[in-house]
Amino acid sequence: MTDLLQQLVNGLTLGSLYALIAVGYTVVYGIVQLINFAHGEVFMIGAFGALATWTVLFQGTTALWVLPVMILGAVVASVTTAVIMERIAYRPLRGAPRLAPLITAIGISVALQEAVRLFYPGAKSKIPFPRIDVVTGPALSFGGVTVQRAAVFTVGALLMSAALLWWFVNHTRTGHGMQAVSEDKDTARLMGVNVDRIIVIAFALGAFLAAIAGVAQGLLNANVDFRMGFLAGLKAFTAAVLGGIGNIQGAVVGGLVLGVAEALAVGFIPGQFGGSAWKDVWAFVLLIVVLVFRPQGILGARVVDRA
Amino acid sequence: MRSHMKFAVPVVVAALALSACGTRGEEPGTGSTGGDGAKKTVKIGVIAPLSGDLSALGKGIQHSVELAVKQANESNALPGWTIEVAAEDDEGKADVGKNGATKLAADDEIAGVVGNLNSSVSQQTQPVFAAANIVQVSPANTGPSLTRGADGNTRPYKTFFRTCTTDITQGAFAAKFLLDQGINKVATIHDKKTYGQGLVQYFTEAFKAGGGEIVAAQTINPDESNYAPVVSKVAPAKPQAVYYGGEYPQAGPLSQQMKAAGLNVPLMGGDGIYDPTYIQLAGATSNGDFATSVGEPTDATDAGKKFLADYEAAKYAEPSAAYGGYSYDAANAIIEGLKVALKDASDVKGARQAIVDAVGKVSFAGVTGQVGFDEFGDTKVKVISGYKVDGGKWTFVKSENLG
Repeated sequence: MTDLLQQLVNGLTLGSLYALIAVGYTVVYGIVQLINFAHGEVFMIGAFGALATWTVLFQGTTALWVLPVMILGAVVASVTTAVIMERIAYRPLRGAPRLAPLITAIGISVALQEAVRLFYPGAKSKIPFPRIDVVTGPALSFGGVTVQRAAVFTVGALLMSAALLWWFVNHTRTGHGMQAVSEDKDTARLMGVNVDRIIVIAFALGAFLAAIAGVAQGLLNANVDFRMGFLAGLKAFTAAVLGGIGNIQGAVVGGLVLGVAEALAVGFIPGQFGGSAWKDVWAFVLLIVVLVFRPQGILGARVVDRA
Repeated sequence: MRSHMKFAVPVVVAALALSACGTRGEEPGTGSTGGDGAKKTVKIGVIAPLSGDLSALGKGIQHSVELAVKQANESNALPGWTIEVAAEDDEGKADVGKNGATKLAADDEIAGVVGNLNSSVSQQTQPVFAAANIVQVSPANTGPSLTRGADGNTRPYKTFFRTCTTDITQGAFAAKFLLDQGINKVATIHDKKTYGQGLVQYFTEAFKAGGGEIVAAQTINPDESNYAPVVSKVAPAKPQAVYYGGEYPQAGPLSQQMKAAGLNVPLMGGDGIYDPTYIQLAGATSNGDFATSVGEPTDATDAGKKFLADYEAAKYAEPSAAYGGYSYDAANAIIEGLKVALKDASDVKGARQAIVDAVGKVSFAGVTGQVGFDEFGDTKVKVISGYKVDGGKWTFVKSENLG
């Protein structure tokens, strides 16, 4: 029983990270039907933004009050990257066939990774992430189940971000505009919605959540790495598809389900096909099974198929 | 038609490049036939990562060989011959290494080669040197299959030797090291790569033979950096230590996450984690973690101290690094072989078989011990040292000769 709870805690932590990143894929896809494969790199740059903020301003400080400033640094780095990316790489291709922006996204992903590797001091190998009081340190223990402090931060960050995002999409003018553009871009434009602005906001929102995920992963794993965005991006994209691409609640549910599935596969599949060596296999088996029976994902895709 | 032309240009360029490669190998042979009276040239090749992430180690190998050659020339170790060093960069990559080896093998004056650093690269360069019958002495390859084949008992290449010992010895030392401290329940984790998997395998065999129990065996994915599910899987088995097969970029965070998740037992690894970066990544909680590395610390012996002083005096741009002593001994093993094989030889190429035979029989006092090779080409010096993280630094604990 303790083992089950322990792996559930691990899974929910990992899943919260996936979910935070997955929202970025899904928001952008819901509005421009683009799989932004460079989103994993936006997440990575968020983590480096937080690290840079700490290195420049607070080197050596471990007090909790630096954390909000680090998060702010992460958000600035990620959102700037995402907005510039949208402006120079995706907007010129808005009318192009769908494959063109897809390949562009892969190109940007590689370019951003290499840029960080070459220009961030010491980024050729993993860099230790600062340890901050309260959110890192000795694990908390609840009757045999240990919970890392950073895990509490991660899950909390997901809950707050998801609530804020829900409020933003459903209760603000811009949010209503996003829903309108997602439903029908041309009609929305005729109704006076500034479509370009809405698209930039979608990229920025995704980047905002990815930046928080970057800080969370830095705290959880105690290191950052220019390659960290690749696998995280892939898993988050899987989570978005699992939950129903284009659907924000779907991304959150998909992320959590994927994380829990991985953790349970490590813990409870016995014998040769169990353990961490096979966890990714089981995660993708789950994806395939879900897509066979529910091609639209767990909560259903929110995109009108115009093909 | 236009599209055909577009294709034709690169093809022509490629063909020219290939033919250029073909001729390059012949030049040195024709250009330098030793004149009577003048000294003839014999070259010792170095093939190691001279650029990239591992260049600190590779440069140390190159300069240590240069030092050995310089001293041999000064003492006129080979009357009638001048020794030169020919260095090639393998970037730590198998394909680049193979190209470099091919280039060295095409040079008729090459008598022997010191290298490579990585076992995976040597796997590719071994057949190249074997085909040309050039003796290859590695200062750093710890993968056992290089000398003992896949079955552990067949020597694949008669031209390959090494001055460092293998992961078999390293695993055995680690097992004994832990058992001696009363630790007899250990969990193993490896990164699924050749080096890590091998290390864990040899450790497991020795640990069980010594009466220990492996309470959990897990793997991690080297591309990932969250190991919480693995740690949770290992923790309920209540190991007294975790033995990790792999390198410091994963081992450091693993140690950190183990302890953050409440698994407060030491992590132990091989020479792949014996690096200051490990401690940086693992943080303050890495105190008490262990590592093994081949040989003794270079400054522990008089021969080692003399080597370091000579190296210092020669003012090379980079330090001798982890494998300096082994590289110096590797170069000297080749030079010792040349003393025998080149005595009556007229050219290097014709003497290569004699050189291989002579290197196999050398025995001299080197920096790392009494240098000599067994029937597999492995060094007879099987010294391993154990280290412990103490106050943010690796500190020497003890060393032992398991030969």
